[in-house]
Amino acid sequence: MARTVLQQADIARALTRVSHEILESNRGADDLVILGIPTRGVLLAERIGELIGGIEPGSDPAGMVGALDITMYRDDLAKHPTRTPQPTQVPRQGIDGKTVVLVDDVLYSGRTIRAALDALNDLGRPRAVRLAVLVDRGHRDLPIRADFVGKNLPTSRAERINVRLSGLDATEEVTIEG
Amino acid sequence: MRHLLSTRDLRRDEAVRILDIAEDMADVQNREVKKLPTLRGKTVVNLFFEDSTRTRISFEAAAKRLSADVINFSAKGSSVSKGESLKDTAQTLAAMGADGVVIRHHASGAPQVLAQSDWIDAGVVNAGDGTHEHPTQALLDAFTMRRRLHGTASRGRALDGVRVVIVGDILHSRVARSNLWLLETLGAELTFVAPATLVPVGAETWPASVGFDLDAALAEVRPDVLMMLRIQSERMHAAYFPNAREYARQWGLDDERMAALRPDTIVMHPGPMNRGLEISSGAADSAQSTVLEQVANGVSIRMAVLYLLLSGEREALS
Amino acid sequence: MSEQSYLLKGATLPSGAGADILIEGGRIVSTETGAGHGADVAVVDADGLVALPGLVDLHTHLREPGFEQSETVLTGTRAAAAGGFTAVFAMANTLPVADTAGVVEQVQALGRAAGYATVRPIGAVTVGLGGERLSEIGAMAQSRAGVRVFSDDGKCVHDSLLMRRALEYVKTFDGVIAQHAQDPRLTENAQMNEGALSSELGLKGWPAVAEESIIARDVLLAEHVGARLHICHLSTAGSVDVIRWAKARGIQVTAEATPHHLLLTEELIRSYDARYKVNPPLRRDEDVQALREAVADGTIDIIATDHAPHPREAKECEWDAAAFGMVGLESALPVVQTALVDTGLLDWAGVARVLSQAPAAIGRLDGHTHAFEPGSAANVVLVDPAASSVFDLERLHGRSQNSPYLGATLSGSVRWTFHEGFATLRDGVLAPVAEAAVR
Repeated sequence: MARTVLQQADIARALTRVSHEILESNRGADDLVILGIPTRGVLLAERIGELIGGIEPGSDPAGMVGALDITMYRDDLAKHPTRTPQPTQVPRQGIDGKTVVLVDDVLYSGRTIRAALDALNDLGRPRAVRLAVLVDRGHRDLPIRADFVGKNLPTSRAERINVRLSGLDATEEVTIEG
Repeated sequence: MRHLLSTRDLRRDEAVRILDIAEDMADVQNREVKKLPTLRGKTVVNLFFEDSTRTRISFEAAAKRLSADVINFSAKGSSVSKGESLKDTAQTLAAMGADGVVIRHHASGAPQVLAQSDWIDAGVVNAGDGTHEHPTQALLDAFTMRRRLHGTASRGRALDGVRVVIVGDILHSRVARSNLWLLETLGAELTFVAPATLVPVGAETWPASVGFDLDAALAEVRPDVLMMLRIQSERMHAAYFPNAREYARQWGLDDERMAALRPDTIVMHPGPMNRGLEISSGAADSAQSTVLEQVANGVSIRMAVLYLLLSGEREALS
Repeated sequence: MSEQSYLLKGATLPSGAGADILIEGGRIVSTETGAGHGADVAVVDADGLVALPGLVDLHTHLREPGFEQSETVLTGTRAAAAGGFTAVFAMANTLPVADTAGVVEQVQALGRAAGYATVRPIGAVTVGLGGERLSEIGAMAQSRAGVRVFSDDGKCVHDSLLMRRALEYVKTFDGVIAQHAQDPRLTENAQMNEGALSSELGLKGWPAVAEESIIARDVLLAEHVGARLHICHLSTAGSVDVIRWAKARGIQVTAEATPHHLLLTEELIRSYDARYKVNPPLRRDEDVQALREAVADGTIDIIATDHAPHPREAKECEWDAAAFGMVGLESALPVVQTALVDTGLLDWAGVARVLSQAPAAIGRLDGHTHAFEPGSAANVVLVDPAASSVFDLERLHGRSQNSPYLGATLSGSVRWTFHEGFATLRDGVLAPVAEAAVR
């Protein structure tokens, strides 16, 4: 039975807070690049970009946000049917010397983020890399932690977290199942 | 996808998926670090029973950019030319742990025989078999057309309504056959033009128009794409046509024919070219020519194919 | 000689009549239902089985001498017995070629020693199958092997003048030329039937015209010199038309089709599985239908197997490198039943004609033409037409396994074969080698 843990308003509040925290930690929007990890991370990155644009006058959300596909860097390719990669789109300014904020929906084992760090390494040399996630559900396999967290959600490994976002899904909510 | 043996058995969604993944691979070609770790630990064997440096280095670059280990096995001058069978060669490669075999063979169907056999459990890519098919060439041709016609809006699209004319030795051309099926699948309209001696028996049953007169075909079709095929000199000796001069005059893309094309018609050639025979230097080096793009796109397409064949869980034998 | 006697009780003759066939001393004694018999007679329950005269294959490759890794006279005649054959004509393309009396006598003697079937050697038309000089046709005809059929099969006698001379010369010995009709220039490096499919698969085409043009030339030559001509393995609808025309003109031509050309089509080659590589090649469905009708209406006189054994390595390879040919002795009758009897085109009397009486007549072979008459040689085969089964490796008894039917379901099963009264096949089991050899 699925149980809703975040509703649309909760998600909006969490993303607003995360956007403020990113700006605070970066001391503004300069040299900031926000890269979402497909599929839902890209949508979240776009929303954070828009929120930052609203908070920080003069910033350019479109020139700040991009997508980082990590399919080719996964460590579990041989364990699943072949995945179709998604496009990687880096903002025109590039990532060299920038502060890159990686955005994903759920932080779990940390393997996706490990792959993202490798992918980033092949794209250039950022000044710093930060991590923003909507939900941190624990159970890390690797020494990775998020800098900005929408919601810490203690779970058991048997449970399933579903993130649904309008734009991709019929509803907008985070549920827990199992 | 377990093997890539022909374009005839590619579904439209599969073909578009390969082209889309090749777009991602092409993006990688444009950055400073051109390598991906995707196929680390995998071994790809380039098994070439026929010389083709161009195709081999293209596959080699593709495999290496995906971090696979590459073994080049050229059958010329090896035990194969001393009578070792395809079976023994395949079993040798299996014992060496090959995950993928890229095979170029003078016998039509040899890649399929290899894929169907229990000699080796590797993904098989047909890199040209006899006069049968050369599927990665057709895929890179389609990719090149799509990029020229749709630019950055290419992803997800096919080639519906694109008018293509392919000229030359259709009879012996595996490139023509692979393009025939793939262009049909992607919705393009294809016309073959060749002397009647170089049109295969039964071509009237193919999903393409066939004509003998190049000027008439160009005037009627006003093609988006004109592809010239390489003409091999040994064909002259087998009485397919009298001599090179007559061939060039009737079926070559000379400067005059080039000038009569629509300015946005793209001119393709799978290479290597016989300049002055099937294509003039003026045509080959013009802005409408995609010859060098085809070479670059070949690596992207082959990366996409190797990725699809070798990265996932091995699919059950069908 | 105290040979085992048999009573085949309740068999159905090709005519449809019931019969109890009594075999004694190598001869058929009686076919009368309910006739009395001695106590030492072995009774075979033939209820539901069709009795045919022993089958005669006018076109078999036994491979010995020279290619014993593929087949020997012993293994080939065991395969023949398993398929219901009591006589086989052994093609001349051995090593050395059967172009002298010595070779044909050797082959015949090997057949006699093996004891499973009558082996009648075919002599080469030209020395070494070279297509240039006539071989010693007279010596072979007058040898102990008594050769009457001459063929360069595997190769076409393509020189028009040489073919004319051969047709004329064999008249002297009541012989016949069996022509492998294939224009060599039109079929250089040919791999399969030429058509839309060969173009798609990229395999070099073997055009129908390469067969039809040679047949047309040869029937005219046969008419001109008044000689007998036999055409091997017809494979195209056009060839049938030419033969039909020639027969209407009264030309002395006989024609043959193989079981595989009556059942299989070129579509199988999509697999590039070299088991389907054969010469002449598998053709279109239209050709298969035309051949079937021609067998039914008598335009094609006989069915012969073109049994062509090859070792595994000759088929486990890419198509171009593979050898041409299929084994066919064990599968011939089931294929004929599936293609012609089950489809209503041929009755069992017709099967007896095309697989026994007509080939025996063409090859001048005694002991098969007057089947089931009391006193005639007991060459008999019992078939269970109701059996339908998957054709598997256990059905093959020769040395090679290049059958295109493995895994296919075929009608009918050969149960018993009697060669001159000796049971070479006993309810599906071959007689022991030692027993057959000491007959």
